[in-house]
Amino acid sequence: MLSIKNLTVSIHGKQIIGGLNLEVKEGEVHAIMGPNGSGKSTLASVIAGRDMFDVDAGEITYMDQNIFDMAPETRAREGIFLGFQYPVEIPGVSIANFLRTAINEKRKYLGLEPMTGAEFLKMMEEKKKMVEIHSKLTNRSVNEGFSGGEKKKNEIFQMAMLEPRLAILDETDSGLDIDALKVVANGVNKLRRPDNATIIITHYQRLLDYIVPDFVHVLYDGRIIKSGDKKLALELESKGYDWVKKETKADTIP
Amino acid sequence: MNTMYTTLIKDKLLELFETEQHNIRGNATPMVNRIRKHALTRFKTNGFPTTKKESWRFTDLTPLLNTEFAFDFRNQSKSTDIEKIFTCDVYDLDTYSHTLLNGWLIYKHAPLTRLADGTIVGSLAKAMEVYPDLVDRYLGKAAATEQHEMAALNTAFLQDGLFIFVPENTNVEKPVQLINIVNAEQPVFLQPRHLVIVGKNASITLVHCDHSLTHNISFTNTVLEVFAEEGARVEHYKMQNKGRNSALITHSFFHQKENSRVSSNIITLNGGFTKNIVEVTIDGTKCESDHYGLYLVDSNQHVDNQLNIDHRAPGSTSNQLYKGILDDEAKAVFSGKVMVRRHAQQTKAFQNNKNILLTDEAKANTQPHLEIYADDVKCSHGATVGQLDPNAMFYLRSRGLCERTARQMMMIAFAGEVVQKISIDALRARITNMVEKRLKGELSICEQCVLHCNSKEPTSFNIDLSKL
Amino acid sequence: MADKNNQILEEVTGSDYKYGFYTDIEMDQAPPGLTEETIRFISAKKNEPQFMLDFRLRAFQHWQTLEEPKWAHVDYPPIKYQDLIYYSAPRKQPKYDSIDEVDPELLETFEKLGIPLDEQKMLAGVAVDAVMDSVSVGSTFKKTLAEHGVIFCSFSEALQKHPELIKKYMGTVVPHTDNFFAALNSAVFSDGSFAYIPKGVRCPLELSTYFRINAANTGQFERTLIVAEEGSYVSYMEGCTAPIRDENQLHAAIVEIIAHKNAEVKYSTVQNWWPGDKQGKGGVYNFVTKRGICEGENAKISWTQVETGSAITWKYPSLILKGDNTTGEFYSVAVTNNKQQADTGTKMIHLGKNTKSTIISKGISGGKSNNSYRGLVKTTRNAANARNFSQCDSLLLGDQCGAHTFPYLDVGNRSSIVEHEATTSKISEDQLFYCLQRGIDMEGAIGLIVNGYAKEVLSKLPMEFAVEAQKLLSISLEGSVG
Repeated sequence: MLSIKNLTVSIHGKQIIGGLNLEVKEGEVHAIMGPNGSGKSTLASVIAGRDMFDVDAGEITYMDQNIFDMAPETRAREGIFLGFQYPVEIPGVSIANFLRTAINEKRKYLGLEPMTGAEFLKMMEEKKKMVEIHSKLTNRSVNEGFSGGEKKKNEIFQMAMLEPRLAILDETDSGLDIDALKVVANGVNKLRRPDNATIIITHYQRLLDYIVPDFVHVLYDGRIIKSGDKKLALELESKGYDWVKKETKADTIP
Repeated sequence: MNTMYTTLIKDKLLELFETEQHNIRGNATPMVNRIRKHALTRFKTNGFPTTKKESWRFTDLTPLLNTEFAFDFRNQSKSTDIEKIFTCDVYDLDTYSHTLLNGWLIYKHAPLTRLADGTIVGSLAKAMEVYPDLVDRYLGKAAATEQHEMAALNTAFLQDGLFIFVPENTNVEKPVQLINIVNAEQPVFLQPRHLVIVGKNASITLVHCDHSLTHNISFTNTVLEVFAEEGARVEHYKMQNKGRNSALITHSFFHQKENSRVSSNIITLNGGFTKNIVEVTIDGTKCESDHYGLYLVDSNQHVDNQLNIDHRAPGSTSNQLYKGILDDEAKAVFSGKVMVRRHAQQTKAFQNNKNILLTDEAKANTQPHLEIYADDVKCSHGATVGQLDPNAMFYLRSRGLCERTARQMMMIAFAGEVVQKISIDALRARITNMVEKRLKGELSICEQCVLHCNSKEPTSFNIDLSKL
Repeated sequence: MADKNNQILEEVTGSDYKYGFYTDIEMDQAPPGLTEETIRFISAKKNEPQFMLDFRLRAFQHWQTLEEPKWAHVDYPPIKYQDLIYYSAPRKQPKYDSIDEVDPELLETFEKLGIPLDEQKMLAGVAVDAVMDSVSVGSTFKKTLAEHGVIFCSFSEALQKHPELIKKYMGTVVPHTDNFFAALNSAVFSDGSFAYIPKGVRCPLELSTYFRINAANTGQFERTLIVAEEGSYVSYMEGCTAPIRDENQLHAAIVEIIAHKNAEVKYSTVQNWWPGDKQGKGGVYNFVTKRGICEGENAKISWTQVETGSAITWKYPSLILKGDNTTGEFYSVAVTNNKQQADTGTKMIHLGKNTKSTIISKGISGGKSNNSYRGLVKTTRNAANARNFSQCDSLLLGDQCGAHTFPYLDVGNRSSIVEHEATTSKISEDQLFYCLQRGIDMEGAIGLIVNGYAKEVLSKLPMEFAVEAQKLLSISLEGSVG
């Protein structure tokens, strides 16, 4: 589904990602872990199409298409969803209005009729239940005045509504208490299907207690320096990132 | 409005310019005299500003001009021993002190001195003789005589004032203090002119005090030009403690080059009529420009602060904070303008004016204006006119403070926001003390003396009236 | 992204003016120029009482002594007042018993405008007094209104049927000496609307007037007078459009509102006059004097305006809070695009005790336009405990436009609290990207964000207007969308 080859990214001439490779197939859940500043969020932004970064080399294909040929909104309509680490506030725009616009734009792109108000409301009710969101949230303006937890739940709710093929959750667990964390994790698990994929970017192993990944990658200094299964996450939790760093250093010196 | 006075005095000034030509020109350079002539033409065309002009709408000069003023185009104060009549001994404030008496710089030894670090400080009149190239390069380059009628008038008649040149990479260790004293038996019309040039990466602190020593009518119209070259740092403090019959118009023109930092702080404690014009041109990137003001006015005083900040280059930050407390029938005007030009992207500009009215007779006019032509900016402004916060007042009283104390405490706190911006410890302590006294009513209502002679604090101005 | 934005803005500003069509109806016009004769012609044409002619002539005499004001932050070539036509009426005399008698072409015009002259709209509860080139051509719902004692008719009709009310109130809020354009209007106004709500009556319908400038070279000088007697309530809506023309059209209107004790008047405007083309050619000069007075205690007047049209807007809907405990509100969204210029805001004059005013202004500038807020808040010595809060924000949608804020605070007593806040910022890249990531394209994203930004004001509009206003915002900024 997603194939990243030798990706090199910089901002203002400073390299952030250097030669990154990653393959994500349908039905898989990948966790990308790494210390602060290792390039995790940059990777998520580049896949979603944020243009503040310069892609210096490498390629990303999504569903066999070159992703760099696609505008951010086209990527979204093709099924890429980015759960933002810091969801922005949009005053005066209600979530309902926002999502209905987004869904109908996507439907238009796919050649489908727009959703009627009733259909939309019904869908909203279903998805709200699914991700355990109480009803009032959707009447409020997008993220305005939301607590950290509410913002993250809102991202999961939007993900449920937009039904992406590839969801990238950028530190969705940061700043959440254990209850909110469970809500977020349950949401992700319920949305998991054989034909979609999820990339979870996280700092801590904690979230992976609830969402079991098929693969765990350690991102360090803009490269994936170690990949493994869920055990790698546990190992990281107990030994810390220094352990992998040392190991890689030892690896690289023949 | 009676325009007769303005016409009379305008004609008189134009006549004096001819008859006193020899004295006025003095030893000024040909360049300065050309600027002078040009400014006079402007004054001839534009005259005195009237209330028809937006920036003078609430400030009427006409009644002040209804006086038979004396002009002094020859320096008659040169030999005065200033210490005999006035010493400023702000406790612990160690400065290079200079005094201007009736518009002329007075000195003990030499009109111009060169400090150990190479800085030149002294009389502008002398600087025109000794450093004509420096003067020619800067004088009149910041003072916009087209927009400012009174700056045009000052430029036409400029003779003396303070001259400072700080060479590159020089940090002037002690603040340079300028005490501007008016002491005359008859109504005088004075127009001091100051020029401050701060070289690349150099820094200086200026403390500028305006005082009256008599109750005679005086009209002072000053122009200060400050050039902050690349990376320069300038702090400017202005203390105004004038008599009830004095009229004071000050212009401060700051011209900022890349990476320079300018701050100004105008504290008006007393004055019959005061108008301060601060005009900042930000001509380089990454500048910082902070401008603070505090005015505590009562009886029928009038204070008008006009600030224009012109962002001509991208990436700079400016701040304006002016606060005032108005008692009795006092009137305060604030007009601030932030202009962000098309190319001045990434500008941050903040502007704030807050007033407290203590009586129904006091009046505040405030016009904080933003004019913005660039889109990637963060600009905000605010203005309030009101009273002391009743909730806070109640809170203090519920803790056992009497209303009077609570009120004073709140006012001192209100003024404190500006006073706290003063970075020289001794000066801040001094001004805090004066503000507190002023707000407790110990400083102002003293009709016998324009200064606070009843103070026993070590930090007071001592005036020996017998020597006057 | 900046380039992309510019490109979008280019497309957006390329949007066609939807209401640009021209109705071919024979006109009954005064010859161009303004003299005492013109005024006598207008007055005679309208069969006016003597006091009206006298009022006009006094205004004309005063106007001749005035100079056009130049203080606003707008720039336009001099207006040749002697080249304008000051009276233009559809030739077919507008005396209809039923709507069927109205010229079908005219009705079609209204149809295109979406003016609700039909049954459906009646169900929606809207009474319409449509004004085309200054003469009222049709009114509906007079019966329902009459049952409640509400008078809602054209100004000319009111002059014939209720001269005593006109004589009593006209010019009391905006005297003919008020300003250059008010004097001009007072001299030459051709028609307008009059609404009178009797004591204790809550007007059962939203009153609505549509204005439209049709003939070339005509100035539209209409005059609206609303009187709300003690304890009454009315919501009044005004919408404006004008067809596309190369030359500039002058619109100098006057609106006067009088609210007596305990009365409440809501006045909503959606102004969509032809703004001129992308090069700034053509468009309406909208120089309007609107003022209300809260005469009696507890009265309340609120202005809500959505200004998307006009080449130049010069407009400061103001309120005089004369009675004690009176309330004034001003909610405004002003959008400028291409080469439009707007200098708009309000004046809140607090005279009475415990008077309150609120000002919320949202300026949105795109293209090469200039958008200024100019507002005065004044509290006099007697206005004890007066309160004002003003929030005036500006949003910039490009680097060729300007956004300016010129507040004037004038406080004359110690118990007043007057607060002004304002911010200026550009549309946030983060917000745009967030929308894009959810699959909404750039135009849609700008539309969403701008509507959200203006929501506080839009929410003050009556429902049927709010929908239209939202569409207008989208049209004026988004181009093909909508």
